[in-house]
Amino acid sequence: MNDNETTDQGTNRALVPASGDGHDLLPASLITGVDQFENPGLPPHVHRAADDDPAAAKRAERQVATMFGLSMLGTLVFIVSYFAVPDEATFFFPGIGIAKTQNVVLGLSLGFAIFFIGIGAVHWAKTLMSDEEIVEERHEQASTAEERAKAVAVVSAGVASTQLPRRPLIKYSLGGALGLFALPLGLQVAGSLGPVNVEELKHTIWDPKDNGGKPIRLMRDPEMTPIRFDEVTNGSVFHVMPETLQKYIDEGKHVLEAKAKAAVILIRLDPDLIKVQKAKDWGIDGVVAYSKICTHVGCAVGLYEQQTHHLLCPCHQSTFDLTEDCAVIFGPAKRPLPQLKITVDDAGYLVAPQGFAEPVGPSFWERAR
Amino acid sequence: MSTINETRPADALRAGDRQADERASSTKPLGGIAGWMDDRLGGAKGVSFLAKKVFPDHWSFMLGEIAMYSMIVCLLTGAFLTFWFVPSATQVVYDGSYVPLQGVTMSDAYRSTLAISFDIRGGLLIRQIHHWAALIFVVSVFVHMARVFFTGAFRKPREINWVFGTILSLLACVEGFAGYSLPDDLLSGTGIRAMNGFMQSAPIIGSYMSYFIFGGAFPGEAIIPRLYSAHVLLIPAILVGLFTAHILLVFLHKHTQFPGPGRTNKNVVGYPLLPVYIAKAGGFFFIVFGVIALISAVVTINPIWAYGPYDPSPITAGSQPDWYMGFADGALRLLPGFLEFVSWGNFTWSMNIFPGSLVLLPVMWTIIGAYPFVESWVTGDKREHHLLDRPRNAPTRTAIGIAGISMYVVLFLAAGNDLMAIKLHLSINDITQTLRVLFFVAPPVAFWITKRICLSLQRADRQKVLHGRETGTIWRYADGRFEEVHAPLTPEERWVLVQHESREPLQLTSAKDANGVDSPIARKEQLRAKFSNFYFRDRVAPPTPSELEAAHHEHDHGSAPDGAHEAIEAAGAGRERETIKADKQLD
Repeated sequence: MNDNETTDQGTNRALVPASGDGHDLLPASLITGVDQFENPGLPPHVHRAADDDPAAAKRAERQVATMFGLSMLGTLVFIVSYFAVPDEATFFFPGIGIAKTQNVVLGLSLGFAIFFIGIGAVHWAKTLMSDEEIVEERHEQASTAEERAKAVAVVSAGVASTQLPRRPLIKYSLGGALGLFALPLGLQVAGSLGPVNVEELKHTIWDPKDNGGKPIRLMRDPEMTPIRFDEVTNGSVFHVMPETLQKYIDEGKHVLEAKAKAAVILIRLDPDLIKVQKAKDWGIDGVVAYSKICTHVGCAVGLYEQQTHHLLCPCHQSTFDLTEDCAVIFGPAKRPLPQLKITVDDAGYLVAPQGFAEPVGPSFWERAR
Repeated sequence: MSTINETRPADALRAGDRQADERASSTKPLGGIAGWMDDRLGGAKGVSFLAKKVFPDHWSFMLGEIAMYSMIVCLLTGAFLTFWFVPSATQVVYDGSYVPLQGVTMSDAYRSTLAISFDIRGGLLIRQIHHWAALIFVVSVFVHMARVFFTGAFRKPREINWVFGTILSLLACVEGFAGYSLPDDLLSGTGIRAMNGFMQSAPIIGSYMSYFIFGGAFPGEAIIPRLYSAHVLLIPAILVGLFTAHILLVFLHKHTQFPGPGRTNKNVVGYPLLPVYIAKAGGFFFIVFGVIALISAVVTINPIWAYGPYDPSPITAGSQPDWYMGFADGALRLLPGFLEFVSWGNFTWSMNIFPGSLVLLPVMWTIIGAYPFVESWVTGDKREHHLLDRPRNAPTRTAIGIAGISMYVVLFLAAGNDLMAIKLHLSINDITQTLRVLFFVAPPVAFWITKRICLSLQRADRQKVLHGRETGTIWRYADGRFEEVHAPLTPEERWVLVQHESREPLQLTSAKDANGVDSPIARKEQLRAKFSNFYFRDRVAPPTPSELEAAHHEHDHGSAPDGAHEAIEAAGAGRERETIKADKQLD
């Protein structure tokens, strides 16, 4: 089969090498009578110092033994320092800084213990072991035609003995059984990997329904203390969680799941800078709250540039403009950060009277449905 | 009946049988445990075959060895780490010896990683060796791949091994990602958060994928144990299995070798496994392991205690994945946001995320895995190749490789656009825009430059063969002119520069068959002819002996015109190839 392929080249095919001599597909070494250089054969073997000079060989032996000796020394240092160096010791490592003594000493001693075995072995191989190159013949990877014919005969005989070609009923029922038996396994994995609740993706714990219909106080993250409106000075930034999170913290359950969608950033800027009326209306006197979860892939949009009023996501550098209702002005995100409407309650604390008007965080297939 | 009698008991010797002590002495070299083993396994046949196995020498062949050894270091140190690491997202309050985090609520995974770093003696060292070895593993896999690609070592009969290697490299990246996500620190947790976004970006099934993988809402408590079983069981099993097959195929095919005197496509020239390669390659394992340990002793990697436990709300500036995921992260930074749209039916298509997150890796690795088959189809070359190409002698392949790498580098740089902006005081927007343009511009430019460099290097090789090597000796002639003396190459030196074949493009014989009807083969092959032309159109043929003769005459006679080579050839055919230096002295 392989032979056929090679002989067919350039004869039956529509494509031939440009030179048209058919040699193109033969190894250069097989083409005779062509203007080509001859392979000069292996270069003469050059003796090393240790091959001829017993003193050099002895020197090499000593060098190798020294390396192995250094390795043993490293092992010894490791064992001693494992017990001798206290856990909390640190020292100043020039060029690196304060380092944990134990890690440095153990690492260096272990490293040298291992490294010198390698260096010794390689040095031994290069100086003392024979460096005369050996030539091993290669053989064509493919089996011979006879071997192939024999294999085909054996397999055909085996297949014939199963009577499979004559028994379509077995053939197709076996195919069906083999094709289907993986389904239960696949179903078990796919069906049981996780509860799927796509609607949950659209919901955050800022929904007043979670708070008995009452507006939800904005709390400092992670202190969970309420924020008074008059504490929010111009240019300041607050990382905010809803009052409703406390319930999750107290129960010690699903805290991170709740936080993953509820994180909010609260910023005060000059109200005249805000160009969108809705953004002004949903804030109070320049105090505005936006979802801190990036609409790209969901990192926390944690960098606020006070001078430009830009919010920047440190993961993929999506840039949101606070003066434009957090519209994306650069980067891979498409949608603006959702705004959280806030007001002040009777006690002077900031509250959110309604949840987010749209799903927060990264896009998903059913998001707009 | 007659075989048993008193004169010859059953255990008596027949003529030619050897005494028991004779047999013992003949098997003496394989006595003791080795003999016991061989009695049961018959391994001696294989040992003599293996011990004599020849491996060729070249520094670049050690790249794959580094990959192999750093993987073994990972397996070893990884097994150690499982003794102390707790793969659980259960929230606990830290009470270990690292003061700044005492009293902080964190996952058990993060707490146990802190314990490994601070409370388990030598634990930090093992952790750092594990992480450094993983980085070095992935680096060496990629560099090894580049070596195999640029030298054409993937050609028949090694295409299968190239595909194995391709899968191995992808698994190495996934394994690394799963591994560095396990400590559940703020940085890696942010990576998991982004992964959740990637899953959600898939059309139709995205939300389901996210819920399946996280076992409910992000982050949940399932992801850490799931990543753990993938990281310590599932992927390593495939990795080790494929790696074993990878090595077995190297043994089966015998290692490729670089062209050189005495080296042909039909032999392999080098040193035997026993003792030279056992010592060299075995020793190299210790060197790799030792160097990784030394690095881990003095260079901190992934100081998770400085990041804090994962929490979806805080974030650090300069959040980046480990280097091998950088290119995918870069792709996400370059994709512009306007690609997201909402279609009829109010379905959201996250085309600003999906191509860079879920499509890029499979597509990239499919292209890499398919390359040997594409090249062999284009070139029509179905022969076995055991001699490596010098990259310059395959200009188009080398240029394709560099173009691909340039694309990769653009994506990789994009993953550091924020750091570049800060360190170089540039606008991040300008950097990003530039990289967006470069993603499309850099590959063709890199292709063109690389191909030109390859062709120039081939011409330089030709020059060197025809006119000798520059000696640095300047001669002044009687007439006052100066010239640098060129020394001729030895046949061994020359062979490396002239041994390669220079292939020509395939041409269509005829688009019509004997009856004047359009040949279907020809139509099919037209495309192939075009590709073949693209591969081989620009070629520099290796010098021939007659060209060398002609060049010598040129030197002899001062200034022979270029076209006169043929005429001079006959006259100089029988002459010894005297040194050019000697010629000059005659002048």
